[in-house]
Amino acid sequence: MPPLIMKLVPIAVAALALPVWLSMQAAGGHRPPDAVARTISIDPHSIVYPMPGEYLKDGRPQANPKVERHLEGPLEIMAYQVSAADYAACVSAGACRPAEETRSVPRDAPATGVSYLDAVAYARWYTEATGSQWRLPSDEEWALAAAERFAGEFEGVENDANNPARRWLTSYQAEVELNRKPDPLPRSRGSFGLNSRGLADFSGNVWEWTSTCYVRTTLAEDGSDVASSVNNCGVHVLEGLHRAYMSNFVSDGKSGGCAVGLPPDNLGFRLVLDHRGWVGRILAHLSFG
Amino acid sequence: MITRREALFGAALGAVAVAALPALSATVTKAEIRGLPREKITLVAPPFVHPHDQIAKGGPKIVEFTMTIEEKPVVIDAEGTKLNAMTYNGSIPGPLMVVHQDDYIELTLINPDTNSLAHNIDFHAATGALGGGGLTLINPGEQVTLRFKATRTGTFVYHCAPGGAMIPWHVVSGMNGAIMVLPRDGLRNDKGEPVKYDKIFYIGESDFYIPRDEKGNFKSYESAGDGYDDTVKVMRGLVPTHVVFNGKVGSLTGDDAMKSKVGETVLIVHSQANRDTRPHLIGGHGDYVWEQGKFANPPSKDLETWFIRGGSAGSALYTFLQPGVYAYVNHNLIEAVELGATAHFKVEGEWDDDLMTQVEAPKPIATN
Repeated sequence: MPPLIMKLVPIAVAALALPVWLSMQAAGGHRPPDAVARTISIDPHSIVYPMPGEYLKDGRPQANPKVERHLEGPLEIMAYQVSAADYAACVSAGACRPAEETRSVPRDAPATGVSYLDAVAYARWYTEATGSQWRLPSDEEWALAAAERFAGEFEGVENDANNPARRWLTSYQAEVELNRKPDPLPRSRGSFGLNSRGLADFSGNVWEWTSTCYVRTTLAEDGSDVASSVNNCGVHVLEGLHRAYMSNFVSDGKSGGCAVGLPPDNLGFRLVLDHRGWVGRILAHLSFG
Repeated sequence: MITRREALFGAALGAVAVAALPALSATVTKAEIRGLPREKITLVAPPFVHPHDQIAKGGPKIVEFTMTIEEKPVVIDAEGTKLNAMTYNGSIPGPLMVVHQDDYIELTLINPDTNSLAHNIDFHAATGALGGGGLTLINPGEQVTLRFKATRTGTFVYHCAPGGAMIPWHVVSGMNGAIMVLPRDGLRNDKGEPVKYDKIFYIGESDFYIPRDEKGNFKSYESAGDGYDDTVKVMRGLVPTHVVFNGKVGSLTGDDAMKSKVGETVLIVHSQANRDTRPHLIGGHGDYVWEQGKFANPPSKDLETWFIRGGSAGSALYTFLQPGVYAYVNHNLIEAVELGATAHFKVEGEWDDDLMTQVEAPKPIATN
């Protein structure tokens, strides 16, 4: 098992032996010789960002409040979503549940058919396997990294105090007007191109799990503050072409999607690197990172 | 070794053999029929229905329809699963035909030579010759014209029935539709009072049986014939892979959702040529429901869910009272959500607080 072996590898031989060793592991676990996922560091900046969740004021649904969010320090995030091959290595290691993916997908396609629980298990395993600290991004971090690919909430949804149906009808119409056609089959990583920060495949046909819980918030009457809020961490926020909220155990976008409109095509994830361990530092130095 | 086409046609010949070929006995009647006025109808694809009068103007007439059979691959879900479909007029279900009691339906059925199979049509509304199936079997490159009298009112299924094992296969490949025979003086409620609809929608529910490969993924085939053996194996399991309205998952949602408004009365005709179903309008009702489909029986009132027997068509009349997005489902919810049998109505209008209101929005549970 990689975590155990990792601890046994003498530091002295690590620098040259490790890449070779990881490549051998890769062959056994059907991994490409891509030892540690490539990350890109996002510099501190600000965005105006619609908060995730559901908002009420005076007992009525409200547009998600937009707030300015500032990235304090650099954010190091995977350039690509976790690949199916990388995820398979975690499965081989006995640390992840097999993905619910039976279709023929390209070898270097992102891991799909994975739930929030699967993504968390992978992050835990990957942290041990690489000696670096990996985790899911928060919804806010995802938005900061996705930059212009971040879709946010639907605009133009009417909120008529006397007619709740206006909101249902206009949000239904907003989804229709996205005119998104189903695009079910995962493609090779990179197929959806880079965003302005050099990160790949945001808002393609794979929605990404975040660490942010679904929350229902009641705003104070003047809208300036939170009167109360209830977290439901059995449901997490996914980001992609549109925001989605799904139960932690759901791995198929179709069965966990919205009541109306097109549900996510596929569920996957990418990870944030919090703290690079010594193995990671060496690999980064050797340009394997 | 006989070709697939010969084999299929051979099976169909059996059906013809058992059908008694009726001759029109009374020449007087024949002459009378010849003298009737004629009306030519252009059919439209479901969920829409060709323009028609709810109350007949004048006496019985001959209503002429033409349907062209199209064999073609169609995509039936968002994953791109392909069905080698057989269709009346290119749609699943075939178009809804509307006539009045005592009218004569004169259908010209065309099987273009671009098709590969023999087809026919069995009208549950017709009397004799296997519902017309015995008189309408045509090969690719042929056409046939059948006339039958609409003696009974109601909604009735029609479907392809070219004999033996071909029958269920053609039906679950899409060859089914419905005809509505209205009473000459229109629809009546349980008290015998006239009722009418502002809009009519036709929903034809299909059960599909798509074979899977060893990994569980749906297979596709060059032609319907190539998929025949595998498909029959799935059919015999009696577990459909798809249960859908109007030919595919989501065909009546999004841009294609049915539209209505508060105060408008809609008649929803629902057919299922093969398998039982149980329509339900979430958040609405069936004001008057002809569950068995036949207008000579008084409609049931205020139904929550109604039962459409496999091989029949029923209808529900409902006046929308509240705006919103309604889901119209087969209330086997597994079939509705997992297999596809969900449609949507977008209903505009003013909200009625008296009928429903959220007294208090969700909030943290009160603690004392």
